[in-house]
Amino acid sequence: MTATAYPTRWKRPPQIVKDRRWRIVLQIGIVVYLILAIGTVEVNWTRVYDGLERGQRFVMGFLQPDFTSRWTDIRQGLIESLTMTLTSTVVGVAISVPIGIGAARNLAPPWIYYICRSIIAVSRALQEVIIAIFLVAMFGFGPFAGFLTLSFATIGFIAKLLADDIEEINEGQAEAIRATGASWLQLVNYAVQPQVIPRLIGLSLYRLDINFRESAVIGIVGAGGIGATLNTAIDRYEYDSAGAVLLIVIGIVMVAEYGSSYLRKFLQ
Amino acid sequence: MTEITHYSQVWAHRTPRARLFMWLGWVALVALFVFCWHLMTENTIWVFVLDAPRQAADIGGRTMPPEWGYLPELMKPLWDTINIATLGTIGGVIMAVPVAFIAARNTTPSATILRPIALFIIVASRSINSLIWALLLVAMIGPGLLAGIVAIALRSIGFVGKLLYEAIEETDARQIEAIEATGARGAQVLSYGIVPQIMPAFWGITVFRWDINIRESTILGLVGAGGIGLKLNASLNTLAWSQVTVILLLILGTVIVSEWVSARMRHALI
Repeated sequence: MTATAYPTRWKRPPQIVKDRRWRIVLQIGIVVYLILAIGTVEVNWTRVYDGLERGQRFVMGFLQPDFTSRWTDIRQGLIESLTMTLTSTVVGVAISVPIGIGAARNLAPPWIYYICRSIIAVSRALQEVIIAIFLVAMFGFGPFAGFLTLSFATIGFIAKLLADDIEEINEGQAEAIRATGASWLQLVNYAVQPQVIPRLIGLSLYRLDINFRESAVIGIVGAGGIGATLNTAIDRYEYDSAGAVLLIVIGIVMVAEYGSSYLRKFLQ
Repeated sequence: MTEITHYSQVWAHRTPRARLFMWLGWVALVALFVFCWHLMTENTIWVFVLDAPRQAADIGGRTMPPEWGYLPELMKPLWDTINIATLGTIGGVIMAVPVAFIAARNTTPSATILRPIALFIIVASRSINSLIWALLLVAMIGPGLLAGIVAIALRSIGFVGKLLYEAIEETDARQIEAIEATGARGAQVLSYGIVPQIMPAFWGITVFRWDINIRESTILGLVGAGGIGLKLNASLNTLAWSQVTVILLLILGTVIVSEWVSARMRHALI
């Protein structure tokens, strides 16, 4: 019996990078990068230390939020944010539907396909905040610029997912409708629409949720909404009002998230 | 042959009742939309809106041609931006792992007290955008890279935590039972039963979040948290639109490269 050939200790096998040399190179590379990266971060520790006291005040503001003294501003911001969210989602989805159909390879001719896909790519590549900066410069301060920003961002999101969804429909049903001699519009209405509508509604609700969160951000660059209120509160160092705004945002996002997941379950 | 004549000759998709409810739903949505539109545009100055095409043409004219000589000056901020994203992701992941283990139903130490707290941390971090975190942190610890890194880290906790705890809940219970049957302690079960199962998901989530963080860290500078956004803000404030073009193209390039890298890495992992 030559059982001595077996190793006596079990060693966990490597999971991702199988080659030992590559592992060593990778580990050294990561360490070198981290040293270089941390080396370039200049931290003013005295400033950080001073800031800790402010941080404490912020945490206190978060625990004892002040809803009352800036209530008119918060209310105005909330109304702007909520209305902006709803209108931009509706308009964005309404525009996304034709673009999404155009960007589906099985429904549209190639030249329309490429035009629609490039619209989607542009809308997805640009950050909401950057679009908001440009639109605020063009349309002036206020929720109208925010509405346009969110509508534009919605197009990229909904149209892409809708197009991918249409490309993955059950071809058998489309074939059956086509065999009855249906026109293109009838094909879309009777073969494609019933298959994608439940998911489209789900995506729209999800986007509503995202748009509300984004509406809190684009206000920082002047596009109205609750973000503007928040920005003002932080600029005035009124952390208790800022805490109140943040708590309202978190609360609404939670309600929207649970509500939309419940609605989606109910619809499907 | 005569008994089917009472069927309707025209096929309709829905019953009249369902159609009525659908129309009511549409009417309600339109009414809500019109109401919200009125509230929103109450204070809109339409002169500025009508003026927009002229403004757009004006800005468009100024952005061209891009001032390419500005590019070398942007390399340091770009390096800073990548560092914010990477270090922020690492920090966020380190904080997210314990939160995820506490939030997962099968590994939580106490389902009544700690789990709701962990879930609240996840929701709170997810509902506040990194730009808002940066705004708060710049006010607290001063402008600079550190504020950006911490902002990205805090925002990443929710995302990584949520996806990771879902992965932990989906682990195969039989493998864990097998480890338990060998007489392993709690920590050993975690290390040999759960961790190997979630490793691919963990790396996938981390790389995915890194990609998103690159995107988000490009704009953190707008509120003073360092990186290329700082340059963007400076150029915007001085109305140097030709520099803005260069910065935006550079951001676009960085985002595309990071997306490609992340897609390749995730493809290799999963």
